[in-house]
Amino acid sequence: MAKIKGAIVVNTERCKACNLCVVACPKDVIALSKEVNDKGYNFAYMQNEDACVGCAACAYVCPDACITVYKVKVEE
Amino acid sequence: MAIQNIIKPENLVYTKSKILTDIPMHYCPGCSHGVVNKLMAEVIEEMGIQEDVIGVAPVGCAVFIYKFLDIDFQQAAHGRAPAVATAIKRLMPNKYVFTYQGDGDLAAIGTAETIHACNRGENILIIYINNGIYGMTGGQMAPTTIDGMKTATCPYGRNNEVNGYPLNITNLLAILEGTCYVTRQSVHNAGSVRKTKQAILKGFKNSMLGKGTSVIEVVSTCNSGWKMTPEQANNWMVENMFPVYPMGDLKDL
Ligand SMILES: Cc1ncc(C[n+]2csc(CCOP(=O)(O)OP(=O)(O)O)c2C)c(N)n1
Ligand code: SF4
Ligand code: SF4
Ligand code: SF4
Repeated sequence: MAKIKGAIVVNTERCKACNLCVVACPKDVIALSKEVNDKGYNFAYMQNEDACVGCAACAYVCPDACITVYKVKVEE
Repeated sequence: MAIQNIIKPENLVYTKSKILTDIPMHYCPGCSHGVVNKLMAEVIEEMGIQEDVIGVAPVGCAVFIYKFLDIDFQQAAHGRAPAVATAIKRLMPNKYVFTYQGDGDLAAIGTAETIHACNRGENILIIYINNGIYGMTGGQMAPTTIDGMKTATCPYGRNNEVNGYPLNITNLLAILEGTCYVTRQSVHNAGSVRKTKQAILKGFKNSMLGKGTSVIEVVSTCNSGWKMTPEQANNWMVENMFPVYPMGDLKDL
C-alpha cells in the first residue's frame, strides 16, 4: 500500500513562536524549541518527524510564511 | 524514509510566495494580518499580476503592508483608501486595484468613503480586517467591538445601550447596488485560510469585469489587544465574534 510521508522546513529566523502551527498540525509533529532565534523566539521545529503527512495545515495557518512543506508517496 | 529524501524540490507542496519580501512582518506573533498579507501575495503570484496590481495601504497595524508585498502601493490617509483607490482605478482601469483596511480605518473614520465607493460601484477589491478593536493605537473600542467585549476604553465590556450597537458594515455594503461580491471569511484554520484565498482570487477577477465593488471581510484576531494567546484569540473569535459576524457569502452576482 502506498503511504504518504511528509516533512517541513521552518525558517527559524522568521518564526515568532506564535504556536499556531503546533495547534494546527493534526499529527502532533511540531513543537516549540527550547533554543531561541536572534529575536529571542522559541522557534517551531519537527519534534516527531516520522508522523508528518505533508498536509500543509501548519504552513497555511502560519502568519509569517515560515514553513515549507514537502510530500512524497512511498510504496511499501 | 530518511528526511533528506523527502526534502527535495520535486516533492515541494508549499512554500513562501516570492511576492512576499524577506522583510520580517512587524505584526505581533499570531496576528491574522500576517496570514492575510501572505494570501494576498499568493494570489497575486498565482494570477501572475505582480506588475499590474496597485494596493492602497491603510492607517493601522497594516500601514507598512507596502514593505511586505513586492507590488506597487499608495498609502492613504486614515480611512480614505477607497477614495484613493477610486482615483487610481479610474485613471488606470487596466490595473487591479485593492484596498487593505482595518475596522477602525474602514468602519469608523472611513465610513463615508467606504459606503460611497461601494455605492458608486467602483471596480476595486476591498479587503477588510475586522478584529473588533483599534489594534495599532493600543486596543481602544471600535464601532465593531461586540457587546460585552473588553477593550482599553471599555474595560468592563462594551455596553450596547451606552455605546451603541456593533456596526455590521458588511451587511450594509451588501445591500448597495454598487457591490457585486460581498463575503465574510476568516483565517483561523487551514480550511478557512483556503476559502479566504479563493475569495481574494474571485475579488481580483471581479475587479476586471466591470461588475462593481467586491468586499471581503476577514473576521480576525488581535491577540495583543485582546490580551490572549494567539490560540485563545482564535477560539474566542469563533465563539464570540462568529455569532455577530457570521461566515459566508452575503452577495455573489
Ligand atoms: C486622522 C487620524 N486619526 C487618528 C489616527 C490614530 N490611529 C492610528 S491607527 C488607528 C486605528 C486603527 O485601527 P484599525 O483600523 O482597526 O486597524 P488595526 O490596527 O486594528 O489593524 C487610529 C485611530 C491617525 N493616525 N490619523
Ligand atoms: S505538514 Fe501536516 S502533518 Fe506535517 S507538520 Fe505540517 S500540519 Fe503536521
Ligand atoms: S505558525 Fe509560523 S511563526 Fe508561528 S510558531 Fe509556527 S512557524 Fe513559527
Ligand atoms: S496590535 Fe493586534 S492587529 Fe496589530 S499587529 Fe498586534 S495583534 Fe495584530
